[in-house]
Amino acid sequence: MAEADESNKPLFAGLADVSISEDIPVEGQITVPVGPPAQDDEYSTLDEPVKDTILRDLKAVGKKFVHVMYPKKSSALLRDWDLWGPLLLCVTLALMLQGGAADKKDDGGPQFAEVFVIIWFGSVVITLNSKLLGGTISFFQSLCVLGYCILPLTVAMIICRLVLLGGTGTVSFIVRLIMVVASFSWSTFASTAFLADSQPPNRKALVVYPIFLFYFVIGWMVLTFSPSPTAGP
Amino acid sequence: KKKMYSLSVHVEHAFHESWDVCFFFAFTTLCASVPQGSGSAVIDMENMDDTSGSSFEDMGEMHQRMKEEEEVAAEAAATEEDTDYGEFLGMKGIKGQLGRQVADEVWQAGKRQASKAFNLYANIDILRPYFDVEPIQVRNRLIESLIPVRMINFPQKIAGELYGPLMLVFTLVAILLHGMKTSGTVIREGTLMGTAIGTCFGYWLGVSSFIFFLAYLCNAQITMLQMLSLLGYGLFSHCVVLFVTYNVHFHSLFYILWLVIGGLSTLRMVAALISRTVGQTPRLILCGTLATLHMLFLLYLHFTYHKIVEGILDTLEGPNVPPIQRVARDLPDVATHLMNNTVKSLGISM
Repeated sequence: MAEADESNKPLFAGLADVSISEDIPVEGQITVPVGPPAQDDEYSTLDEPVKDTILRDLKAVGKKFVHVMYPKKSSALLRDWDLWGPLLLCVTLALMLQGGAADKKDDGGPQFAEVFVIIWFGSVVITLNSKLLGGTISFFQSLCVLGYCILPLTVAMIICRLVLLGGTGTVSFIVRLIMVVASFSWSTFASTAFLADSQPPNRKALVVYPIFLFYFVIGWMVLTFSPSPTAGP
Repeated sequence: KKKMYSLSVHVEHAFHESWDVCFFFAFTTLCASVPQGSGSAVIDMENMDDTSGSSFEDMGEMHQRMKEEEEVAAEAAATEEDTDYGEFLGMKGIKGQLGRQVADEVWQAGKRQASKAFNLYANIDILRPYFDVEPIQVRNRLIESLIPVRMINFPQKIAGELYGPLMLVFTLVAILLHGMKTSGTVIREGTLMGTAIGTCFGYWLGVSSFIFFLAYLCNAQITMLQMLSLLGYGLFSHCVVLFVTYNVHFHSLFYILWLVIGGLSTLRMVAALISRTVGQTPRLILCGTLATLHMLFLLYLHFTYHKIVEGILDTLEGPNVPPIQRVARDLPDVATHLMNNTVKSLGISM
């Protein structure tokens, strides 16, 4: 260290005279006074009550839900991505799609796994596809957007179940069809609004098609859901 | 003569030196990897000798890194040597610290090698060139897959891309799901989705590999990528036919579509293969196998999920008796009706 100073002194002597006054020490450690704010940060992330952490995360998730329901060209979903929302939606959808077959004991289990696998495997494939086509979005950001855009379909699922409580006639089928088609196009539109900007402009169609297929399959599962009936053919 | 002699000596010397360096490097990495129990030493040797997948930049980078690490390891060895010649008294302390330093550097080297290996093998950029398409190109190729080209004396151009085939396979999966749901298939072991994905991907990858193997035996000039692409685009006909017939249930319509659209797509693939094969027998083997598998797959997809639908439809059209009600006088009617229908549907499907 001393050697370095000695070799540097003749080089920088002139500069030292010109720019730095003699009172201010230029060697040694400069410590910025770290006041209460840093201490508060330490406290808030490690020692806060669990309720606060959960509420903060829930609020972040809720804010993103609002962004999905009113898709504007904002980057909030992309900037601070998280996978809590998609997990919540995925589990809710999978739970609600359960118990909807003629043979309850055969199809109860696989349907949950089926929905899970479709959503996550499909999201991974779409993300890889958009990356391979030259997208600038990162892996988890894309997963986050696709997961959050399942929200309209989950809402449609809840409404479909409520409608099915009233009966399984043609009218209910038409109502459900309209609901599912509307929410499926809403989902596709919302996710395209977030994802398509990161693609080169002439390849948007190539990226939108798998997203369309993905939400189509989920919408189809929602539409063909019928609760365990009293008797079947 | 003397100059050449000395040059060869230099070359030989450098060769031996580089081998020594290689072995030393491998040995130190092996030592480092033993406490962690990772297999990075294996990856190292593979990495050093693997030139198949790397571009020139990668090779250059690898050589640069190797030189760096060689220098680091040599420096560590040199400093160790130097302090070995130092005083005996403080040696334990110095050696301990130096040992830690060396271990630290070797650990860093090992970590860098492992992450480089990960980047090399788990890099999706390997697939990037095969996805370099425009929407217009995809649309054109989809339409061309139904138009056979008559030129068989000169190898036809087959586009080597994976986006179109992959999307077609997923579309076929979606259509199959739709068909399975409408036919009320109950899969006992596994899931509907698993079966659909397994069937479609299995056909695409399995039949491509099999035909590629046959092409290799028959000396056809086609690469695996081109085979995957050709067969993938051939699935377009399957998608169209199944989409129409899962919604409109007419047997005769299915047979007409099977022959026309399936036939066109088969002819296109067969013509492309014939143009790349020499000799009558190889051409016959290759194209016969491909045509058979392609047409049979469409037949299979249709009939696996169709006969159940037909059975249900016919039962619904019959006497309207719910199956759980036991009405003695109507039972023989229902039974004979059901039996007739199942026999009819089985007879049609066989």
